[in-house]
Amino acid sequence: MSKQNIQLGPDGRLRHFLTIDGLSREILTDILDTAESFTGISERTVKKVPLLRGKVICNLFFETSTRTRTTFEVAAKRLSADVLNLNISTSSTAKGETLLDTLRNLEAMHVDMFVVRHADSGAAHFIARHAAPHVSVINAGDGHHAHPTQAMLDMFTIRRHKGDFAGLRVAIVGDILHSRVARSQILALNTLGTSEVRLIGPRTLLPADARSLGVHVYYDLDEGIRDVDVVIMLRLQKERMHGALLPSEHEYFQLFGLTESRLQHAKQDAIVMHPGPINRGVEIDSQVADGPRSVILQQVSFGIAIRMAVMSMAMGSQTQAAK
Amino acid sequence: MHEPRAILISNGRIIDPANRIDAVLDLRIVDGRIQGLGPLPAEFEPDLIIDADGLIVCPGLIDLSARLREPGQEHKATIQTETRAAAKAGITTLCCPPDTNPVIDTPAMVTLVKERAHSLGFARVLPIGALTKSLDGEQLSEMAALQNAGCIALSNADRPLANTLVERRALEYAATYGIRVMLRSEDRHLRNSGCAHEGPVASRLGLPGIPEAAETVAVARDLALAEQTRCRVHFRGLSSGRAAQSLALARQQGLSITADVAAHQLHLTEMDIDGFDSHCHVHPPLRSLSDRQALREAVANGVIGAICSDHQPHDADAKEAPFPSTAPGISALETLLPLTLRLVQERVLGLSDAIARITCGPAQILGLKLGSLGPGCSADICIFDPNRHWELHPEHMYSAGHNTPFVGWEFTGLVTHTLLEGRIVYEESSSRGP
Repeated sequence: MSKQNIQLGPDGRLRHFLTIDGLSREILTDILDTAESFTGISERTVKKVPLLRGKVICNLFFETSTRTRTTFEVAAKRLSADVLNLNISTSSTAKGETLLDTLRNLEAMHVDMFVVRHADSGAAHFIARHAAPHVSVINAGDGHHAHPTQAMLDMFTIRRHKGDFAGLRVAIVGDILHSRVARSQILALNTLGTSEVRLIGPRTLLPADARSLGVHVYYDLDEGIRDVDVVIMLRLQKERMHGALLPSEHEYFQLFGLTESRLQHAKQDAIVMHPGPINRGVEIDSQVADGPRSVILQQVSFGIAIRMAVMSMAMGSQTQAAK
Repeated sequence: MHEPRAILISNGRIIDPANRIDAVLDLRIVDGRIQGLGPLPAEFEPDLIIDADGLIVCPGLIDLSARLREPGQEHKATIQTETRAAAKAGITTLCCPPDTNPVIDTPAMVTLVKERAHSLGFARVLPIGALTKSLDGEQLSEMAALQNAGCIALSNADRPLANTLVERRALEYAATYGIRVMLRSEDRHLRNSGCAHEGPVASRLGLPGIPEAAETVAVARDLALAEQTRCRVHFRGLSSGRAAQSLALARQQGLSITADVAAHQLHLTEMDIDGFDSHCHVHPPLRSLSDRQALREAVANGVIGAICSDHQPHDADAKEAPFPSTAPGISALETLLPLTLRLVQERVLGLSDAIARITCGPAQILGLKLGSLGPGCSADICIFDPNRHWELHPEHMYSAGHNTPFVGWEFTGLVTHTLLEGRIVYEESSSRGP
């Protein structure tokens, strides 16, 4: 089995978008620049470009998600593609076989691109490895592994506000262990040359050997966000209270909840981000979430431009390869 | 087919670690047993001569853990396909764990597996009986009956007992009858839903981790119970260096415990799962480079007395899914000898010691008079060419399971003949049956 980066075509261009891992700064910058060129479209009266006219894009969601699926759908439609939405429950025991069978069935309908969300880490890689050569795969979240379009829209948001990544200090706060978003953010931030990436959380919510991911680790929120330019809050799933990972939401908010007063430790012009949906009063105080430093809603609209960029780039390289 | 009564294996380099022999000698077989080594008595007239010039002649390999999938999972493999693969790999004795379907927890099941293997005649199959009924971890199996039916040991397979009291009583009861118990030390709560070693690679790939402590905690518990019950406990399939160190210490303190390791644990590490390679999804998981190094040292110094294949053949579908949803295990019979010889090439241990870990080492653990070329021993023999280079291709495998991460690996050393009780059960470039 090949361990090389299957995301790239022989020409080094993006074929699939599965993870930030193994992608160069040039490719990430290219994605951000392409997304920048798409942001204008959303403000037009006719919000469409014909780049993917005649292409069929299938949103293959094995985990429920409304927001991510919707932004992918909007992005695909703005590129004039036809969109199929499939929500498939993973409760069946033989999900491995189902996955391959589902894939084969959809390929028979001449789907050109799969946007995949699945509860298993590595699911998007698996589908990319088994998809027909002309098909592109975009990872919309696999297990705890990766959520690269979310990370790129976060990078887009940071670049819009801060310009360059060099010199920036970015803190990611909360449940890193179970977060595919955090893993992709860390890789993207480091690839783009961020000076310092910090993880802040209790040890039960940090991965083993967290430092091997190229980050600084803090267990104290005030200390961890001192002088940072960007604070990224992660959603805390309620089920974490059951697996003996945390004592209570109350204690979590006391220790790691972001409030106005604690945000004072960050830089004056620090921005606050959150991949959503937010748990008010659990990881973030409403005053902060709705406050002047919050860019949470901008993230959502930038998400469409990023997804348009990634879809058009992956499909463009596939179309070119076919010629 | 007419079986030759007397066989001469001439001019081979005999490596018989049990008898500390490493020399070019003739070996004589009469009526399925080894008659002797060295100069031919005048009256010896062989019906068959195997020219072993330039080849190594050693005892047939003994594998402490091989799933044959029969009964219950014949879509993966059968006793026929797997014992034939064993013969090709120079393995003459296989111990099969009890997690078949139905479970090997009755004398009838023991007899069924043994007789099926016996009638095929490719390899000797020694069933390991269930330690608890249906492997449920609650009720003791009929241990004495299983022993009488021919179980070589008892085990709860890969389902460690959750209840410490049941484990204590199972070991005590087994000790009453001098029954060996093979334990796979793992704390199931710490394992949780993990599928990879909890370390940097799993952290990066977002795979649920299995901490080293899942093994070390359980080894500590199992050692304490082995000491208290004085049961003959064998630790199966170690994965961590710290577990091996705990066992070394316990042995120094006089506890008569034994251990084995799967050959792949001595060559692969957590790095190999990168790219979500489901063929490297094994249980216990591939751990760190330092664990691999410590396991190699434990094999070299004898704390780990046996290298096993931990053979687990699968159908293709079992590995065709996202990593966490794939079935763990490697089809490993055909890489047991090559991976062991590779340890010699990598200077982990000498050739004679390496062969000992797959012949007399496991025989001693089982208390069997196998794995030796001494006069009177069963003529179970593996002959291999130590200089032949070859590459592993799935289409050349005899096992029904082609699930191996070693495809494309280059090996040195290839089996040319396998004899079971004086019968040739494998000869290179032929598929002669017994």
